[in-house]
Amino acid sequence: MNTSPQPVGTRRAPLSRWLVLGVLLIASVYFLAPVWWLLVSSTKTNADLFSGNGFWFAHFALFANVHQVFAQQGGIYWQWLANSALYAVGGAAVSTLIAALAGYTLAKYRFRGRELTFNSVLAAVLVPQPLLAVPLYLMFSQIHLVNTYWAVLLPSMVSPFGVYLARIYAGASVPDELIEAGRIDGAGEFRIFATIALRVMSPALVTIFLFQFVAIWTNYLLPVLMLANDHLQPVTVGIVGWQAQRGIGPSAVPFNIVITAAMISAIPLVVLFLSLQRFWRSGLVAGSTK
Amino acid sequence: MTTALRERAAGRTVPAGTRGTGRRRRGRPVALFLAPFLVPFAALYLAPIGYTVYQSLFRMHRSGLGLTAPTQVFAGLSNYATALGDADFRGSLLRVLLIGLVQVPLMLLIALGLALLLDARSTLFKRFFRLAFFLPYALPGVVGAIMWSYLVAPGLSPITAAAHHLGLHLDLTSNAMLAPTIGNMLTWGWTGYNMLIIYSALQAIPAELSEAATMDGCSAFGIAWRIKVPLVRPALVLTTVFSIIGTAQLYNEPAILHNVAPNLSSSYTPIYAAYDAVNANNFNAAAAESVILALLAFVLSFGFLKLVQRRGGAL
Repeated sequence: MNTSPQPVGTRRAPLSRWLVLGVLLIASVYFLAPVWWLLVSSTKTNADLFSGNGFWFAHFALFANVHQVFAQQGGIYWQWLANSALYAVGGAAVSTLIAALAGYTLAKYRFRGRELTFNSVLAAVLVPQPLLAVPLYLMFSQIHLVNTYWAVLLPSMVSPFGVYLARIYAGASVPDELIEAGRIDGAGEFRIFATIALRVMSPALVTIFLFQFVAIWTNYLLPVLMLANDHLQPVTVGIVGWQAQRGIGPSAVPFNIVITAAMISAIPLVVLFLSLQRFWRSGLVAGSTK
Repeated sequence: MTTALRERAAGRTVPAGTRGTGRRRRGRPVALFLAPFLVPFAALYLAPIGYTVYQSLFRMHRSGLGLTAPTQVFAGLSNYATALGDADFRGSLLRVLLIGLVQVPLMLLIALGLALLLDARSTLFKRFFRLAFFLPYALPGVVGAIMWSYLVAPGLSPITAAAHHLGLHLDLTSNAMLAPTIGNMLTWGWTGYNMLIIYSALQAIPAELSEAATMDGCSAFGIAWRIKVPLVRPALVLTTVFSIIGTAQLYNEPAILHNVAPNLSSSYTPIYAAYDAVNANNFNAAAAESVILALLAFVLSFGFLKLVQRRGGAL
């Protein structure tokens, strides 16, 4: 028996501690096992997917699968990844800048209609996105924007949630004294925003960019409505399109290709989440403690 | 920034905390600063809502032979009557309501439980568990849905295969199992996200509160139930509202599951039904269905907010 001094909590209830650990372990198996299945399955040949243990490796064919994913349908997977990157980076960058300016203005200026503006932004956060996708499609088809990059880019550039975060952050972290000092130095209002406020708000900007990037990268309904041309589609729509071409026939896409393609498309987001943890956590905190 | 604009904005706007002094010297270009957001916001958020309502009041009139272009005629509320009279659409509303009634409380209970366990002082490997629970959210929803569709697909599913070894005949894509399967996909994807929101709120609780309660002889469970849970109420309300809205927009999971479960109808959820109407070139029906769903989502989420606000403790 170890008699060295231990913190009170660990000595008092070792059983409940193991119980807690057990529950957490079971939960993590539930959350991790499907991801493990995806990783293992992306290394299998199409035939091996249907036989043997789904959670363990068979013949290792990961590189062949990856090669096949990028060769399928004339190498269109590259195009899909590039499209996703264009939509996500372009949409997130523009929406972040616009949201920062709007949030800063709502936090730091008093004007008539301020509360009304902010309340409609808040209400917009609660509007289910797919409900906008169908009418947007109707509108865009009237003005012939359907089947263009703009059909997905334009809606991605507006982020009410970003304005909400920007306002909270600007209100809490940009001191009025700093703005006043800028005015005394003779700086214009926009210059004060661009040189002083933006710098102070930079952690919030990363958070807004990240949330919007993820929202655009994972969006499915809007692009699937807007883009019939598969050369304009993002990777989410492309993969589901492959999955739908199941069965037999010349255009059938084998399961291992769909699985490996899905696995590859998840990598950018997982990397982004892992490397920028502190930013998305601060965003979640801001969202929960308003 | 032109002086004219500054002049125009002057008087109407006063900077926060500096009422009076700054006002006389120069105006604040509020309108100019808000325009880059408000113009696209109006065009891409407010206009679609208005346009949907407008479209839902019309229908296309096609001549018998279909040789001339169809004309749009005012239809009053007949699209709404058609949508609500459609047993499939009503079924989709009811289905989503039932899935939400079971899945949302279950998911939030699990999220709350996991957050409390992670918050307990003596818990080991917190960082690992936090990341493990959150990982599903970091995967694109479509990837998660494709993955689960294969995990339940007959012939491919390792779950069905394992059950078969135990002598059980399990078909997770059968009609009876579709709702639990979709509920599971939602729970898997969103529990970690909700857990993290609740966990963040838990961490904001001052440690002295728990310590004082421990001194008074309160058990760990008592502290969790009597002190921590009431204090993270705002986070629970927020996650509930988000979950209600999320359930209303259920589309990806059933649409992707349809690829391995052909018996899943294309009016399984309201959004799915509306999308199907768009595909059938029946925009007006899609608009009416969208408005009905929007109203329902609005009534449910705001109704919930009002309910908890009335019971004390605002969001």
